Amino acid sequence: MLKGHVKILAVICCLAVATLLSGCASKKETRKIITITIWHWMTDREPAFQELAKKYEAKTGVKVNFDLYAPSDAYTQKVRAAAQGQNLPDIFGILGEKRDFASFIKAGHILELTPYMEENNNCWKNSFFPKALEVNEFSQGNSYGVKPGIYGVPIDIMTIQMVYNKDLFKKLGLNPNRPPATFQELLDIGKKLKEANMQGLVSGWGELWMIDCLANNYAFNIMGKDKVLATIRGEVPYTDPDWIKVFALFKDLREAGVLATGIITMVNKTAEQLFANEKAVFAFNGSWCANVYKGMNPNLNYGVMLPPKASENYPMAIWGGAGSSFMVNAHSKNKEEVVKFLQWLSDSEQQAYLSEATNNLPANKNSVTKIPEILAGFARGMDFATHPNIWGVSEFPVVIEAFDKAIQSIILGEKTPEQVAAEVQRIKERELAKRRK
Amino acid sequence: MKIKSTLENYIFVLPAVLIFSIFYIIPFIEVFRLSFFEWDGILPTQVFVGLGNFKEIILEDSNWWQAMRNAGYITLIALTFQNALAFLLAWACDREIRLKNFYRMIFFIPPVLSELVVGMAWRFIINDVDGANIVNRFLIGMGLPQLVHSWLSDPKTALTTVAIIHSWKGFGWGFLIFLAGLQTIPRELYEAAHVDGANAWQSFRKITIPLMVPVMVLVAILTVLGTMQAFVLIIGLVGGELAGHTSVPVLRILAAMRGSSRFGYACAQGITFGVVLIIISFIQYRFSRKYRQA
Amino acid sequence: MKTTLYYKTKNVTINLLIHLFLLTVAVACLFPLVWMVSSSLKTQQAIFSDTSLIPKEFHFENYYRAWIGGGFGRYFLNSIFYTVSVVIGIVIVSSLAAYAFSRFRFPGRNILFIMFMAAMMIPIPGSFVALYVLLNNLHLRDTPIGYILCMINVGLSTSIFLLKTFFDKMPKELEDAARIDGCSKLGLWWHVALPLAKPVLAVVVVFNALAVWNEYILALIIFDSRQFMPLQVALQTFQGEFVTNYPLLMAGLTIAALPIIIVYLLMQKYIVKGVTQGAVVG
Repeated sequence: MLKGHVKILAVICCLAVATLLSGCASKKETRKIITITIWHWMTDREPAFQELAKKYEAKTGVKVNFDLYAPSDAYTQKVRAAAQGQNLPDIFGILGEKRDFASFIKAGHILELTPYMEENNNCWKNSFFPKALEVNEFSQGNSYGVKPGIYGVPIDIMTIQMVYNKDLFKKLGLNPNRPPATFQELLDIGKKLKEANMQGLVSGWGELWMIDCLANNYAFNIMGKDKVLATIRGEVPYTDPDWIKVFALFKDLREAGVLATGIITMVNKTAEQLFANEKAVFAFNGSWCANVYKGMNPNLNYGVMLPPKASENYPMAIWGGAGSSFMVNAHSKNKEEVVKFLQWLSDSEQQAYLSEATNNLPANKNSVTKIPEILAGFARGMDFATHPNIWGVSEFPVVIEAFDKAIQSIILGEKTPEQVAAEVQRIKERELAKRRK
Repeated sequence: MKIKSTLENYIFVLPAVLIFSIFYIIPFIEVFRLSFFEWDGILPTQVFVGLGNFKEIILEDSNWWQAMRNAGYITLIALTFQNALAFLLAWACDREIRLKNFYRMIFFIPPVLSELVVGMAWRFIINDVDGANIVNRFLIGMGLPQLVHSWLSDPKTALTTVAIIHSWKGFGWGFLIFLAGLQTIPRELYEAAHVDGANAWQSFRKITIPLMVPVMVLVAILTVLGTMQAFVLIIGLVGGELAGHTSVPVLRILAAMRGSSRFGYACAQGITFGVVLIIISFIQYRFSRKYRQA
Repeated sequence: MKTTLYYKTKNVTINLLIHLFLLTVAVACLFPLVWMVSSSLKTQQAIFSDTSLIPKEFHFENYYRAWIGGGFGRYFLNSIFYTVSVVIGIVIVSSLAAYAFSRFRFPGRNILFIMFMAAMMIPIPGSFVALYVLLNNLHLRDTPIGYILCMINVGLSTSIFLLKTFFDKMPKELEDAARIDGCSKLGLWWHVALPLAKPVLAVVVVFNALAVWNEYILALIIFDSRQFMPLQVALQTFQGEFVTNYPLLMAGLTIAALPIIIVYLLMQKYIVKGVTQGAVVG
């Protein structure tokens, strides 16, 4: 009886093989049409990209293939494997740190775009918001050992800020048009939250980098950019009182009841869901969330705010800059066509289309047409935006990990700010010692 | 003639050995080689560090050993709670009861479900904020409000909760194997013992247990190998390593590969992990041999 | 003096307790499945407002929308193709090898067997890039055959282990009889060993089918051509696209889970007898 099953399965296999082989056969046709292949990870923009691909083909006859690979860690692995196998597509993106971007460039995978950017009196270069381009640039004397220049094209900008639910504010007796401006005000709201039995702030703090983002924002606010960079360079220890103040902020947030229960077991999607379903009053998320919230709850009444400042010494900082960027494969067979396509994609008309279709902020200065109020709120934050990828120095990954885990411990109430500061500093010193050898 | 016969023998193992050599041994050699280098996975140059990675793992990487301890804890719970449950269920289903086949089908559903669904469903049951808080409500209803916890976010309970859910997902395989083992014990043995005046407990102890020992060892070895490598469920339930409380070895390896871009180090972690697993399996195997001879 | 009434009551009570125990565990097992299916039949708003297990309205069209929206058609077929091919491949390759390890004597037999066993214990997380480069050099990257061969390797060790243990326990009389009748070694394997091994083979089938069906990372890295992708890759993309749309997501996951459940149901008739013979050492 098993044999009978086997026979049927064998027949299915043959049919399937035939179908697959026919797929192979058509691939072998020689084409005189130029085809550009793009690998991306942005699931929500796939339909918009396909539309643009059709438009471009109608306009220029060049075929553009957008291939989506999700989720983003799988995408990163695929890009790395392809780099090893010398098999990168014409256009791809590098998610992650500047260090990795630098390595790709040094390994010769990425085409330098400076000449194209500076053509015609910096025509292409000037069409972008400067901060969007900065993330894709390496400056003179950068610590990564990369030849200075521009190596990527931003296709949107984003900022990571706080959002708050206006309806829940009303319920708490707060003015929906006056979100907390100082840290103390935020802590005071904590009391109201406890009384009303509501959840406060949600964010994907199971994913360490989001903790890093907020902590870093406050570090800039408390001690200023220069001291933060000096710490990264190893000149200032993490046990410095200013850093202890940063750690202590999280302790205060926890004790005031501002943080939602289980915030450090959340991935960002869970946090987005909770905020969209009005189960939390605040969220810490990036401007991409506008599209997500719209999908989950179109009637959500919310506003954008900067994280409330903890100190008057320095301005509040937020992370922002290019949201997603594309890079050109240095070994591409159609470099000129590829660059032309990217110029078209980042042009004001296409950027405006993408912005409307996917609720993201355009990278092109001239595309800011009719964006919804909520996105405008995010855009206003750009003035305060900075990003680790533009600082010119990177902290050791083990130190970043220890730092973020330390904050998780503080939120769990397991360790004190002084304890964790000492631990993080110890790891930092170990890494510095290794590098000196 | 003899040569022809030997050649025939080799042909039987040839396909397996060929595939194995190409698809396991070659990558393994590469991973083994890389464990002696510091490499970010991208640059064409790799820096030779000799035993540096291994030294770092063994002497300095407290995250790694915490992950190993956590995995060991989950495995211990699997070996005890999960396998005891599987055994009890198998024993219950071995008796002449109705609905035996129905239960057999149901108990195998958890292993078949994707970890994503399992993670989301359990969060729904356990969590308060993004779930229906069923467990805590039940405890309060039973008059035990002091036992209420944030099971998945409280560091004291998170790992155990994860371990229990992991056991829930895994007991199906053990159940099946134990059931099969129990069903091969001839009924005559039990009948004979009953005639001789043995009660249920005595026949269980003298007949069932000794004949099931080999099966128990097989299940134990497979459980250890499988549970030590678990990680997807942890992400689904607690989003990550929860400040190290729910860290496990595979998550540490992934962190080294993706987070710190230390490919060579990740390979060294993989090799260290493999060595530990071999030692544990070897001990289990020797232990089983002794028991079998007894 | 213990009366029959005492024994009867004792039996009834014990049976009741056992059933209670079994039912509790069964409910705990069924819950996520029921939750998944019930969520898939609700609307987006109902998911959060209506937390009951039985949805008030049944929206079966979610399944249709998930199938179309996720473009499942092609990928579903691909997954079936890969699962079937790999399972057939492993059954043949591992049973040949296991039979040889069990019945034949040849130099290097023990070393080779130990090598396979050790592989079971040293998994190589992070071997994806190495495999990718390997397939690239063999010109098998982005081909179904390359993927199938990799997946055959994944299940090889455990399958060989299970099968060899069974073959060791198999009584030799049948094979001796067949040999006297002039059966070749290959004939012995095909006509005697395999039919007797149906139960263990069923375990091997379910185990490997589950592994291949749920695999997605290797497929995503190896395949560039959309047309070769298996269902799980489409499912991951689908999760990204529809994570804001819970009911569709649940519908998609249910669709993805069904075939494996069916395979288990088909094979489980054999499984009980099979695992016995592989596992129990008398």
